Amino acid sequence: MLKPSPKHWCATAALAALATLALPAHAGKTLDAIKARGQVVCGVNTGLAGFSQADASGGWSGLDVDICKAIAAATLGDASKVKWVPLNAQQRFTALQSGEIDILSRNTTWTLTRDASLGLTFTGVTYYDGQGFMVPTKSKIKSAKQLKGATVCVQSGTTTEKNLTDYSKANNLALKPVVFEKLEATNAAYFSGRCQAYTTDASGLASIRNKEAKSPDEHLILPELISKEPLGPAVRRGDEEWAAIARWVVFGLIEAEEYGVTQANVDAMAKDSKDPVVGRLLGTTEDTGKLLGLDKDWLARAIKATGNYGEIFEKNVGPKTALALPRGSNQLWSKGGFMYAPPVR
Amino acid sequence: MGAAFTPIPARPAPQRTTGALAWVRKNLFASIPNAIATLLLGAFLAWLAFHFIRWGIVHAVGKPDADLCQAARGTGACWGVIVEKGRFILMGRYPSAEHWRAVLAVLALLTPVIASCSPRCWKPWLALVWVAGIAAFFVLMLGGVFGLSRVPTDQWGGLPLTLMLTVLSMAMAFPIAVVVALGRRSTMPAIRSLCIVYIELIRGVPLISLLFMASFMFPLFLPVGKSPDVLVRVIVGITLFAAAYMAEIVRGGLQTVGKGQTEAADSIGLGYWQAQRKIVLPQALAAVVPGIMNNFISLLKDTSLVTIVSLYELTGALSLALGSDPNWRPFKIEAYFFIAAVYFAMCFSMSRYSLRLEKRLARGSHR
Amino acid sequence: MSELIPPRRAPAARRQGLSWRSKRVRGWAYQLAAVSAIAFLAWLLVSSTLANMRLRGIQSGFDFLLQPAGFDIGEPWFGYESVNPYWKAFAVGVMNTLRVAVIGIVFSTLLGTALGIGRFSRNVLVRGLCYCYVELFRNVPVLLQLLVWYLAFTEYLPAPTEPLRAAGLFFVSKNGLSFPSPHWVPGHGLAVAGFLAGIGAAALYLWFAKRRFEQTGQQLPALLGAVALLVATTALGLWAGGSPVEFELPAMSEIQVEGGGSWTPEFLTVLLGLSFYTSAFIAEVVRAGIASVPAGQHEASASLGLSRLRSMRLVVMPQALRLIIPPLTNQYLNLTKNSSLAVAVGYPDVVSIANTAINQSGRAVECIAIIMAVYLTTSLLTSALMNWLDRRSALKER
Repeated sequence: MLKPSPKHWCATAALAALATLALPAHAGKTLDAIKARGQVVCGVNTGLAGFSQADASGGWSGLDVDICKAIAAATLGDASKVKWVPLNAQQRFTALQSGEIDILSRNTTWTLTRDASLGLTFTGVTYYDGQGFMVPTKSKIKSAKQLKGATVCVQSGTTTEKNLTDYSKANNLALKPVVFEKLEATNAAYFSGRCQAYTTDASGLASIRNKEAKSPDEHLILPELISKEPLGPAVRRGDEEWAAIARWVVFGLIEAEEYGVTQANVDAMAKDSKDPVVGRLLGTTEDTGKLLGLDKDWLARAIKATGNYGEIFEKNVGPKTALALPRGSNQLWSKGGFMYAPPVR
Repeated sequence: MGAAFTPIPARPAPQRTTGALAWVRKNLFASIPNAIATLLLGAFLAWLAFHFIRWGIVHAVGKPDADLCQAARGTGACWGVIVEKGRFILMGRYPSAEHWRAVLAVLALLTPVIASCSPRCWKPWLALVWVAGIAAFFVLMLGGVFGLSRVPTDQWGGLPLTLMLTVLSMAMAFPIAVVVALGRRSTMPAIRSLCIVYIELIRGVPLISLLFMASFMFPLFLPVGKSPDVLVRVIVGITLFAAAYMAEIVRGGLQTVGKGQTEAADSIGLGYWQAQRKIVLPQALAAVVPGIMNNFISLLKDTSLVTIVSLYELTGALSLALGSDPNWRPFKIEAYFFIAAVYFAMCFSMSRYSLRLEKRLARGSHR
Repeated sequence: MSELIPPRRAPAARRQGLSWRSKRVRGWAYQLAAVSAIAFLAWLLVSSTLANMRLRGIQSGFDFLLQPAGFDIGEPWFGYESVNPYWKAFAVGVMNTLRVAVIGIVFSTLLGTALGIGRFSRNVLVRGLCYCYVELFRNVPVLLQLLVWYLAFTEYLPAPTEPLRAAGLFFVSKNGLSFPSPHWVPGHGLAVAGFLAGIGAAALYLWFAKRRFEQTGQQLPALLGAVALLVATTALGLWAGGSPVEFELPAMSEIQVEGGGSWTPEFLTVLLGLSFYTSAFIAEVVRAGIASVPAGQHEASASLGLSRLRSMRLVVMPQALRLIIPPLTNQYLNLTKNSSLAVAVGYPDVVSIANTAINQSGRAVECIAIIMAVYLTTSLLTSALMNWLDRRSALKER
């Protein structure tokens, strides 16, 4: 007859404890978790000048970084309450899916595959970009159509590979990709001369040329843009509340530029402005924050922390910075660009 | 019979078999092919030495001056890159004010390793030394207590990270390996099959696929938000990997313990686990220490693969240090020589010691 | 006559009750517990993963293998194009892995055996160099070696616009080594048929030569004869097909060398890096095997008047092979697994292609499963082949 011994009960208890892990995961309230933690965990690039780059003291700056700072200011009241998680192209989606980060602000292109099959939701476009090529100036190549049969350095894990293939097929160029896992390896291979061209988003090309080339004149960014690359932040699917906050902070910053609210004059505008739209934006006449789960100063805090969209652009990637990217498609709709925010009301 | 004695002329002295000339003749010019080989190899070595001394010492630039290095490019090595970036390469992104903590932590971690290498320390209290060493390492590196500032794990890098991954994985893999090796030799078919499947599965796939699995798939096993740190995931992956290889080594050791030992243990009434603990394992483990040390060396080299999942240990810290600095990027080769020298020093000394240990342990069994 | 004593009663049947004291019962209980624990854990992991994936909207399943891949591969096979399905891309990756593994195994075995035998040379320089080589290449991580090779190739080779030329047919530049490659023409089919027939003829000749030696002691030139037969039959096939010799020659275009066959720096890095690394380990294995042959064998062959080379070839190596083959299998498997590091230098082997597939399709679990299946199959096949070789060279005991 089997005599139960203490060993049996231990085993049964352990099995029962394991069973609790089998409960299905629920979507979790991201906003509650952020408030409890007191920090927004933001996934950014490991180092792309102008978009997200760490300086020597551990502080981060860039366009994607400023978006996260604005969201933190709107949600928690303080733009410094952000934990920065640098991610490479491979890890970024897993980190978001698994809950390691709350929001991915890492020059990520909004595509159907990513929106529909990876368990994410894109919350808007912060930079309209396109993919381009960079070649050494001394190769005398002036147009992408001259790249017949060329070897092109490309980083794995991005939309660039597919776009390169499509362009090569459409224009009969038989381009040969050399695919690297890491950004550093890709850069090293291009700058050592292994490949005749480098391809990634045009903003990325400008950033890499600025940071890593001996002198920016030695490399030429070819004029052709071979794809549409709308870059924007993404959050996990299933939490509409948090997605709405992320979405409307960006729209609010664009609206702020449209109505002339800047970092410098936001306090003055809050006190003196008679424009009802500004009043709604800054929470003086109407409380739009309540509908999002935030308080009424949410957008005012965001603007005060980082400035409106135009200021963010000028500060990080604008014509006066080292990247010197033109406003181009990223201008407000009223001035000929694509930045059109639905009204904050 | 009165003729004077005239000795025959003396023969010349035989060829010397000792002395420098004889040694040269025997070892370098023993036959025609040998002589040709000596001349060719000698010329090759001389050419190599001449160029290396010229490039590496005579024209080399020792000062951390990028312009001087650039000017000497092609003719002289730029050892200045090591002076300039050496600390970053060795320590990764660990804050420079806290480097003393990292150094102390490495010493604390190496203490149990060095203790385990000497047979005099193979006593029960060795386990405590291991636990204490690893705990001290984490306290020093992570901080947050005893007034030390907290350094998050994503800033750990360089040599401390390499050593931590190796030592921690070995420490955790060892008990698993012993259990799996015993299970592999078990008479119960189900347990034996499970152990065989585990060992063959892990040994049949490259470490990189296990690391990919750790970084892509582990987060999917747990509910949202409960995803463990990247470091934890990688350690789990490397531990499973190391345990499978060590299980085979331990199994080899178990096989050297004669069947008579288990029979004698049975006859004095010891149970299975008692027999293993008191009789079999001490003999088996003493026999496999050189094999485990070899495993340690290969694990130390394999940790360089975690660069691919973006943990910046020694190899990764190099590409981080030089990759984004256009002034120093052309001198990557000197930096590679530097870390190759670091790895070589560690692995070579360990392998020499393990050879000596093996000879010493086998001394009793040679007739 | 005495009476037979009455037969004793048969002993009572042993009670087959379930007692914890019985080792058999305990064994079954432990096994049941272990198997159910593992099964439960596996079920837990799988169901949790599936639930998580469904919840987060991540799709799963192997149906993506039939969809168009959408990416180009730098070193394609089978006429791969970006519209081909994912499974074809994986096939190209497997082909690239096998290419590096097979050539690497051959090269490293030759080099490693030479080094291993060189450790026993009478010449101190040869001995010393072999020792230094082995220690140097064994104690530095293989990833570091691959990175150094790649750096050497990309930094120190000339730019693609000004390659080094040899006889106008071979070009060396950062794009790799370009050489004339034969164009496939139907006439070549007969040459291949001749080659295959030649293999059969060579095997027959070797068997015949061995029988001749065993019966009469006369030694026929085995290797030379076999190779000569092979060459003769291939040439015959080529001539029968009309001797087509069409080569695709590489030529300079305005930005680089075009045409011909080429070996990219990535392929050369992985091949040379892995071969040199593994040859150091194989040298150690060969050295240990030769050292295990008793000294009496060397002395006996010397007393028979065999030169050192002949005694190595005829006496020592066949005995050493028994001890060499199992660890050699291990090294071959290691080389195949180490080829997965090609992802770090940009060579499109199966891990690199699976990486791209994960990023394009999002199916991480499926792609990693495919990688593991590919490597497990390769390991099993290599082990099976080497086990067969091992059994053939084992001591045929009574």
